[in-house]
Amino acid sequence: MKDIAIVAFTQSRHSAEENGLSETEMLLPLITGVKEQVGVSRFDFTCSGSNDYLLGAPFSFVSALDAVGAWPPISESHVEMDGAWALYEAWVKMQYADIETALVYGFGKPSQGSLREILARGYDPYYLAPLGIDAVSMAALQARAYLARSGAKEGDLTAIAARSRAAGRDNPFALSLDDPAADAPYDVAPLRVHDVAPEADGAAVVVLATGDKVAEISARTGLTPAWIRGIDHRADPHSPGVRDLSVSPSARLAGQKAGAAGVEVAELHVQYSHEELILREALDLGDDVVVNPSGGPLAANPMMAAGLIRIGEAAARIHRGENRRTLGHATSGPCLQQNLVAVLEA
Amino acid sequence: MPTNHALEFPGGYTRSVGPVIGRFLSELRDGKLVGVRAESGRVVFPPLEYDPANGHSVTDEFVEVGPGGVVESFAWVAEPLASHPLDRPFAWALIRPDGADTAILHALDVGELARGAEAPKRLRIGMRVRPDFLPATERIGDIADIRAFRPDVTMITAPSRLEYDIKPGRALDRFLEGVSEGRILGHRCPVCAKVIVPMKGLCPKDGVPTTEEVEVSHTGTVTTFAVNNLPDPRAPEVPFVSAYVLLDGSDIAMVALVSGIPADQVRMGMRVRAVWKPREEWGRTITNIRWFEPIDEPDVPFESIAEYM
Repeated sequence: MKDIAIVAFTQSRHSAEENGLSETEMLLPLITGVKEQVGVSRFDFTCSGSNDYLLGAPFSFVSALDAVGAWPPISESHVEMDGAWALYEAWVKMQYADIETALVYGFGKPSQGSLREILARGYDPYYLAPLGIDAVSMAALQARAYLARSGAKEGDLTAIAARSRAAGRDNPFALSLDDPAADAPYDVAPLRVHDVAPEADGAAVVVLATGDKVAEISARTGLTPAWIRGIDHRADPHSPGVRDLSVSPSARLAGQKAGAAGVEVAELHVQYSHEELILREALDLGDDVVVNPSGGPLAANPMMAAGLIRIGEAAARIHRGENRRTLGHATSGPCLQQNLVAVLEA
Repeated sequence: MPTNHALEFPGGYTRSVGPVIGRFLSELRDGKLVGVRAESGRVVFPPLEYDPANGHSVTDEFVEVGPGGVVESFAWVAEPLASHPLDRPFAWALIRPDGADTAILHALDVGELARGAEAPKRLRIGMRVRPDFLPATERIGDIADIRAFRPDVTMITAPSRLEYDIKPGRALDRFLEGVSEGRILGHRCPVCAKVIVPMKGLCPKDGVPTTEEVEVSHTGTVTTFAVNNLPDPRAPEVPFVSAYVLLDGSDIAMVALVSGIPADQVRMGMRVRAVWKPREEWGRTITNIRWFEPIDEPDVPFESIAEYM
């Protein structure tokens, strides 16, 4: 296994409203900035994560490549998923190919359509999609199953939303959201409006390096490299009716394979409050583990970037010398169906 | 300036469903629910080509399940979206039909409710439900051939109305005759001299017949009262006050409604007067008196009504 490190991370100031920028315009300053930061203008490999349905245009990710500068031709790939899976592809590519640097990014602008209906297009076309069920309703089914099994109360969910929003107010990239209102209405019960991550437009960029490039770039940036000590992703069956929604076996397995034990901080891709409780249990995170000090997606949920941002935030804490062992998590699919865990060390 | 952009594949996507899902959809069109048996013996419903527990191919044995089943989890949609199958509040539910080992996700219709309504109490995990199929001629072999699931019948409302022809008896008949003329009549007891309204033809205290008629006043005093917060067909509004009113000149308090004053301002000792309905609405009934309303007189001291509590 090659030692691979995250040597740079940057993200946009996420917006809950359409800000008039195209995806490419949103990405350009981030990629330009990270190139200057690391002192590399041509990467050995480039991989991105996004979803064409957010824009409603096939191959919309191709135009975003304009922000990278793809001439002369570059080695490039794309995943139709959150940028966290683009990072995984880049990590795999670096393991077997003779390359030392990789540029990874994820981006999305849900403000242009109906996100909860767009996400439903990913459901199976025989049994789920024809029903017209939306993503929040799907999550609410899981929340009910978890509350019934664990004995947790709706107030426990509100506490997670409150803590996340308070942390987000200290994060210049997240949204500034008020504390949950005491009489906040349900979105889809048992999830109240603050239990659903606020949709945001945004993007994130990560630079991976290996070999001599790690020391070279770190010397230039002055940041401690965040070594990827373990990374793994797993999937549960797609259909919500064939699995116990109150637990996440795929997150548990990914956590074990990636070596989640002993982390100080975990950045979890929590798009609904109850998911934090299921993930804490699955990843066996004790009370001493700080979860989502950035506020997490409950404070800003830029689609297709929010998972990559979790890994980026976990890395940034090591870059700044604040922690020595952190965890970044990303999820995809209905009801925490797929989970990716990366364990990072100074 | 944003421009509207619709993404649509005209006519939708045409998909082969294969032998497993195809069998399910064909049986569904016939109004039946079938699952498929896995090697382990588990019945996967709705059928998949593989056992989600281990990825092995399922057998070719199809098993009829349900139609009744049990709710395993649910989410309450108070404000349905345009894409949702029902336009009134409903639940998304995971439902495991009897005989199946996995659940189907579908809509659960718990009845007519206004948009925004909270989930009814009876909706809970473990609730028994069954499918509400579209009529046979409208079914096409689609998951929406089930319009929605509906709760099993666990309660009925039985008719409760009986009618009687009541004979009031001579004394009450005479009282009602008075009321139909706008008079309130009582009897005086020959032993204790107390005036009994409405008269019963006897004194309940002394157990002797009474015949001496006395017309009493339309004004009186509230001796005690109750505030009712449940609607009642006889009451003007909620909350309403039912009170014991001791009519001037009588010695037994009569039960009556009190109105014309906020419920929380009614008090013991308050002076009131009967408010009669318009004369053309009168019949042989005490409801000729609509209710009692306060009059502008000082309250009666408690000691003088204490014995009528």
